[in-house]
Amino acid sequence: MSVVDDMAFWIFALTAIVSGWRVFCTDSMVRASFLLLASFIAVGLIMLLLGAPYLGIATIFMMGVEMMVMALFMVMYMMNPAGLNPMVMVHQHRFSIGAGIAAFVGLAAVMLVTDFADNPVASDARVVTDLGKELLGDSMLIFETAGVTLLATMVASVILSSRSGRFGPADEGSVPPPLEPGGQPAGRLPEEGGGHGHHHH
Amino acid sequence: MTLTAILLVAAALIGIGLYGTLSQQSFVMLMMGLELMLNGVLLAAVGFWSLAAGGVPTGQLLAIVTMAVMAVEMSVGFALITAVYRNRQADMTESLGTMKH
Repeated sequence: MSVVDDMAFWIFALTAIVSGWRVFCTDSMVRASFLLLASFIAVGLIMLLLGAPYLGIATIFMMGVEMMVMALFMVMYMMNPAGLNPMVMVHQHRFSIGAGIAAFVGLAAVMLVTDFADNPVASDARVVTDLGKELLGDSMLIFETAGVTLLATMVASVILSSRSGRFGPADEGSVPPPLEPGGQPAGRLPEEGGGHGHHHH
Repeated sequence: MTLTAILLVAAALIGIGLYGTLSQQSFVMLMMGLELMLNGVLLAAVGFWSLAAGGVPTGQLLAIVTMAVMAVEMSVGFALITAVYRNRQADMTESLGTMKH
């Protein structure tokens, strides 16, 4: 392992950790999703250093698209997507910090007391060819199961997010939330189709 | 770049992700925490594959399965957020105190 590789690794590692941490500190939801993207790209680049070109590049491409979708959802669902106001939306903050640190310390401790095998991948190994043969050979059932799972996920996502549910329209009788507590509902009211709108709050 | 260093980075990502998942009130931010934890898992899997398992192809398969899990989590998560928002206009975890509205 050359010095350049080592330096690159530590730069990417630092980028992954710092941008991962900043995700939860930034005021803007869109910026948060781009910071998460930076963290994923850094991990993808580490994978390239580790000699997994297919996985590294797949991670970078997949997360590039995924975080664009994420940013879209951020704009859809979040107050303050542009980050113009300070924003802290946390609960059980101390407990969460404790749990995060405990997870890190626990994992690090287990890692430090375990004696891992030192068996690096050969530098001339044809890892992408190996992966292709594994995916369409011995592990084809696993690979195809993942494919069918993704198909089931698509069906489930459409069913869950579609407007009409099993018992009629999913958003019947719902009103948009007010902009200030106790105020008028924001935006366009749903049409009152003869019913007197038994709103639940 | 030793296996220890890689696993340390992965543990840090998992720790930060756990913090985000437990602390964020907004569903979307909560999911970012989950994604960050899976990011750490992915890094650890590839680290083991590369430095401890001698490059067995099933190690790469594990990483691919993790990526599929990421996609499923993201897709079903956002579908659930949309379903909850349609029913209750809720985008914060505190709004979901009961199973019925």
